[in-house]
Amino acid sequence: MDLTVNGQSVYAHTGGRPFDPALPAIVLIHGAGMDHTVWSLQSRYLAHHGRSVLAVDLPGHGRSAGAPLSSIEALADWIVALLDAAGVAKAALAGHSMGALVALETAARHGERVESLALLGVAETMPVHPDLLAAAALNDPSAIELVIGWGHGPRGHVGGAAAPGLSLVPGGRRLMQRARPGVLGVDLGACNAYVRGGEAAAAVSCPALFLLGGVDRMTPAKSGKALAAKVSGSEVIQLSGIGHMVMTEAPNATTDAFSARFSAR
Amino acid sequence: MADAKFLKFDTLSLHAGQRPDPATGARAVPIYQSTSYVFDDTDHAASLFNLERPGHIYSRISNPTVAVLEERLAALDGGVGAVCTASGQAALTLAIMTLMDAGGHIVASSSIYGGSRNLLTYTLPRFGITTTFVNPRDLDGFRAAIRPETRLLFGEVLGNPGLEVLDIPGLSTIAHDAGLPLMVDATFVTPYLCKPLSFGADLVMHSCTKWLAGHGVAIGGVVIDGGAFDWETSGKFPTLTEPYAGYHGIDFAEEYGPAAFVMRARAEGLRDFGACMSPMNAFQILQGVETLPLRMKGHIHNTRKVLGFLESEAYAENGSVAWVTHPELPDHPDHRLRAQLLPHGAGSIVSFGIKGGREAGRRFIEKLALFSHLANVGDAKSLVIHPASTTHAQLDAEALAAAGVGEDMIRLSIGLEDCDDLIDDLRQALRAATKA
Repeated sequence: MDLTVNGQSVYAHTGGRPFDPALPAIVLIHGAGMDHTVWSLQSRYLAHHGRSVLAVDLPGHGRSAGAPLSSIEALADWIVALLDAAGVAKAALAGHSMGALVALETAARHGERVESLALLGVAETMPVHPDLLAAAALNDPSAIELVIGWGHGPRGHVGGAAAPGLSLVPGGRRLMQRARPGVLGVDLGACNAYVRGGEAAAAVSCPALFLLGGVDRMTPAKSGKALAAKVSGSEVIQLSGIGHMVMTEAPNATTDAFSARFSAR
Repeated sequence: MADAKFLKFDTLSLHAGQRPDPATGARAVPIYQSTSYVFDDTDHAASLFNLERPGHIYSRISNPTVAVLEERLAALDGGVGAVCTASGQAALTLAIMTLMDAGGHIVASSSIYGGSRNLLTYTLPRFGITTTFVNPRDLDGFRAAIRPETRLLFGEVLGNPGLEVLDIPGLSTIAHDAGLPLMVDATFVTPYLCKPLSFGADLVMHSCTKWLAGHGVAIGGVVIDGGAFDWETSGKFPTLTEPYAGYHGIDFAEEYGPAAFVMRARAEGLRDFGACMSPMNAFQILQGVETLPLRMKGHIHNTRKVLGFLESEAYAENGSVAWVTHPELPDHPDHRLRAQLLPHGAGSIVSFGIKGGREAGRRFIEKLALFSHLANVGDAKSLVIHPASTTHAQLDAEALAAAGVGEDMIRLSIGLEDCDDLIDDLRQALRAATKA
C-alpha cells in the first residue's frame, strides 16, 4: 500500500492482505540497496497468521520516493513516522543488515513504539571497506558484485534454493541492480558511520531475537552474539551453513523463527 | 579489498542447485519419482498453497529433481530462475502464454526451428496471437514490424538452418526502446558458448533435448528469466503487474520483483497448461549438464576439423561440395558478430550444399555409415538431415527461401566421435553420391 511519510510517497507491501491497524503490526526493514521483495515469503506468512504487515521500501528504495536517508538515526526516526502514517501505536520490527541497525536504533530511541525485535545479519558496527564505499559512491558495478559475492555463504553460492527453480546469487544481483544510482553508496555510508550499536543495545527493553548466519562473512555470528549479549534477555539463533542473506538463504528457518514469536493466531 | 569469488562455469555445471540429499546423503541428484508431497500439518499445507513457504506440492508445478535442473540452468545462464518444461516447444509456448493474451503480437526471426515456426505461423493465430517474421540480419525490419500490440521479440542465437548470428545487443536495444522484452533460443550454443542475458536478452529458452543433455535419451525444455526487464515501467504486461484473480490476487512484479516472470510462469503456466518435465527426464538431462563443458569443447574441436574437410572439397576443382556455411568461416556474413558473441566457438551445426542438388543429397544421406539420419541435433553422436524434406517440410517455396533453406542443403550435427572417422565417413558418402 502507499503511504505518505514526511510528505513523501512510501510503499509498503502488506503480504497479500489489506493492512488492518487493529491487528498487531510488524514492520520488515530491508538491507542496503534492497527492497521489500527480500521478505516476500515472510510477508505473506505473517499477514496470513494474524499480523498486519508493512514490508517497507525505505526512502529512495524500490517504490518509495525521495532520497535515501544518510544515517541510521534518521532512518530510525523515519520508522516512527511510518508508524504514525499507518496509524500504528506499537509494532514489532524485523530488520536485515542495515535494516537491523535501523530496528535496533528505533527500539533504543523510541522504545514505547516497539513491541519486539528480530535482527538478522547484524553486528554492533558494520564498517565498510573503503574500496567498497568508493565503488558504491561511483555506482561502479563491482560494488554489487562485492556485496553479493561476500553476502552469500558457500551453500548460497552452490544453491539448492528452498524455492523451486530460483537461483539466489543472480537473484540478489538483479535486485541490487534495480536500485537507483547512488542509493547503495548512501546506505553503505550510513552503516559505516553508525557507532551507537552497543549503546542502543543497552537501551533496548523489549524482547529481541538475533537470527545469525553461521558462515556470515559480512557480520560474523560472533559479532552478532556480542551485540546480543548487550540486550537484556535477548535470544540468539545461529543458522549453520548460512551466510549474511539469512532470510533468502534460509527462508523456512526465518519463517519458523518469526512464526514462534510473531504469529498472532 | 579482496575480490568477491563466484563459482565458475565448470563447477556450476556439476554442483549448482544441489546439496547432498539431507535424508540419505546421496551425492548424485536423487530421482524424486513422486507425484505429491506430504504436508507437515494443515497450516503447512495452507502456507504452501498460499506461497508463504517454499516447497513442493504436486510435481506438475514443481519437483525436487526438476528443481535442481532448473536452478542449475538458471545459474549457468545467469538468470534469476528457470522453469523446466516437457519440451523446448513447451518452453516457448509457456513463455508466450505468460506474456500475452489474445490480440498479442510477436516479431520473430524468420530463421528459426521449423517447429517454432509452425507454432507461431499456424497454431497461435487460432488463439489470437500473431507473428511477423523478419530476416534476422534486418534490424530495421524488426523495428518497423513492432506494433502497439507487440509483446515480444524472438530469435535464435544461431539461425536454423541458415546459421545467421543474431545481433542480440542490437535487437535488445530495439526491444527495450519499445518497452518490450527480447527472448532468445540458445539451444544451438548452450550457456557454455553464449549467455544471451549478458548481451541484453531478457529471457532465454533451450531445448534441453539437444547439447545440454547430449545423449539423446530425454525430451525437455527450459525458459530462464533474466530478471532485468522492468515490466512495470513497460506497462504492457498486466499478467505480471496487475492482481491475478487466479492466485489470491497476487501482483507478481510487486511480490517478487526481479523474479516476477518466472514465478508467474510456474504458478499459472505449469499449473494450468501442465507441460511439466518428468523427474526422470530431469535426472537424465542433469547427467548431460554435468559434462557440458567437456562435451562442448569436443564438439567445437570436431566441427573445426570437419569444416576444414568440407572447405577443401568446396575449393577442389572436382569437389563434391558446392558451398559450406558456418559462422566461424571468414566468409560468413556474421563472422565479426560471431567473434563478439561466440568467442569460444559457434556451435557444431554445419550446413553445406551438395553438388547434384536434391537427388545427390538423398544418395549422400543413404551412404553415410556413422552419421545418423534423424530429426534431432546436439547428440554426442553425429547426425545428418535434409531440412527441405523434414524439419522445414511444412513451409512452401517462398517460406523456404525466406528461411534460407535450399533443396541442396545438408545439415550436419557434429558429434564426439574421432574426427578422422567422421571425415572418412563424409568423404566416402560424398564420393559415392557424386559418382552416382
